[in-house]
Amino acid sequence: MKYLFLLYGADGPLPEPGTSEYAAMVKEWGAATGAMADAGVLVDCAPLQPPSTSTTLRFRDGEVLLTDGPAAEIKEHFGGFTLVECGDLDEALKWAATLPVAASGSIEIRPVVQVARG
Amino acid sequence: MNELDAVLREHWWSAVGAIARRSGDLEVAEDAVQEACAAAIAQWPRDGIPPSPRGWLITTAWHKAVDAMRRESVRAEREAAAARELAGLAGLAGPEGLAGMAGLAGMAWLAGSGSAADGHRYLTGDDELALIFACCHPALDPAARVALTLRSVCGLPVSEIAAAFVVAEPTMAQRLVRAKRKIRRAGIPLTVPGPDAMAGRLDAVLRVVYLVYTQGHRAASGAALIRTDLCDQAITLASQLVAILPAEPEAAGLLALLLLTDARAPARTGDDGTLVLLADQDRTRWKQDQIAAGEELVEAALRSGRPGPYQLQAAIAACHSTAPSADATDWLEIAALYRELVRYEPTPVVLANQAVAIAMAEGPRAGLAILDRLAGEGKLDRWPQLHIARAELLRQLGRGADAAAAYKLALAAGLPRAEEDFISSRLASATVD
Repeated sequence: MKYLFLLYGADGPLPEPGTSEYAAMVKEWGAATGAMADAGVLVDCAPLQPPSTSTTLRFRDGEVLLTDGPAAEIKEHFGGFTLVECGDLDEALKWAATLPVAASGSIEIRPVVQVARG
Repeated sequence: MNELDAVLREHWWSAVGAIARRSGDLEVAEDAVQEACAAAIAQWPRDGIPPSPRGWLITTAWHKAVDAMRRESVRAEREAAAARELAGLAGLAGPEGLAGMAGLAGMAWLAGSGSAADGHRYLTGDDELALIFACCHPALDPAARVALTLRSVCGLPVSEIAAAFVVAEPTMAQRLVRAKRKIRRAGIPLTVPGPDAMAGRLDAVLRVVYLVYTQGHRAASGAALIRTDLCDQAITLASQLVAILPAEPEAAGLLALLLLTDARAPARTGDDGTLVLLADQDRTRWKQDQIAAGEELVEAALRSGRPGPYQLQAAIAACHSTAPSADATDWLEIAALYRELVRYEPTPVVLANQAVAIAMAEGPRAGLAILDRLAGEGKLDRWPQLHIARAELLRQLGRGADAAAAYKLALAAGLPRAEEDFISSRLASATVD
């Protein structure tokens, strides 16, 4: 079963590349996702561009409605994702808890509907 | 409840657990067992109760479940084919997975399994645990866990659960369906947690059983202050858990706590239905057999050397229940037990109770010292209970002005309406002191 981790980080700028904070962040994330890859559960992962680059789409009454920005205005923003393949929710939760953002922000765990080429 | 209903209720948990584990779908399992019960109600009065009612129920329910899954599988396959066709038109992939989901692999279980026919194996195992651990999974909404446990594990009708939560029946039905679907769609496992996860997951289960009991106390929608059916249900659940998990002292601690608390229930309300405080209760109305059973359980559990919050609360309840009178209560022992309990649950209610116990054992000054220290750390600010406890002790020491200040802090921290009135009157009298 595939689970998508939607990573919600605290609002604010990320550390600048070249700083020691940046190096620490890369190391921390590398360790967490590296362990997932080693365990064979990691399918894909990536950070996203900041919420200011986001567009929200709704289709209403035959018309495409676009809104600048993310769907909900909250203190945390959707900042990245991790896609894992796990046996059940308990296994997925175990891995989600190892990501650094679990401590500073929050992670929404969503099961993925299986789509096969027919 | 007649004999037939009692038999069905007794085996409900095992039957739903057995079908849910094999089908992987709690919704299918519950519907199937419900249908099997309806068949039993039609057949058993005519043919007699079968020698193994549990085996009969599971076998019958399994056939119903297989039929349902076959229907679902055919329907899902049709939908998947349509989706593939549609996706082909749009040049996309189509949804699948739904087709394979209902999977009939579980059918092999029935053919090769002797357990379905074995009616003597009651509540010994994994089916029952797997079900209750899924119903109490931390990924489910806490209120939904309690409702789902009452439905799927205890077999309570939706109408009764709705009444206990004081919501409309369709609302409760919808809440239950949503929880069952989340179990399936999110992949909440219908298995017994491994040893590494056991402690945390067991806490969640015990918490739900405890909440079933407190719901019985809280659901005072009618004239009665206590809904005894929910309290009895919680005690039954706790004793079944102790039977399945004899090596878990916290399960025994919870059962002891419920038995000891429940033993005092007959004296908890006066003739006019109003609440009677512990110190003023008629102790001859307490259920002595339950007190003895609870005391024995908690002593045995504590001997395991793995104490926990339920064992400690049960030990405190035992101190109260075995005291011949309110004045003869062993407050030293209670204070010591609270000191331990605070390490597990440093909540305002536990802290306030600890301070009160110490005040009873060693005098108000000793209790006040604890609360003053907490106040100094700024930990009192948001917690009205601690301000109130502090105010009461200050009053006993004759420090009326300080007590009044503490009552004002409690009011400022925010209180439910009924308590606000009570504290306002205490404040008025403290100012007079």
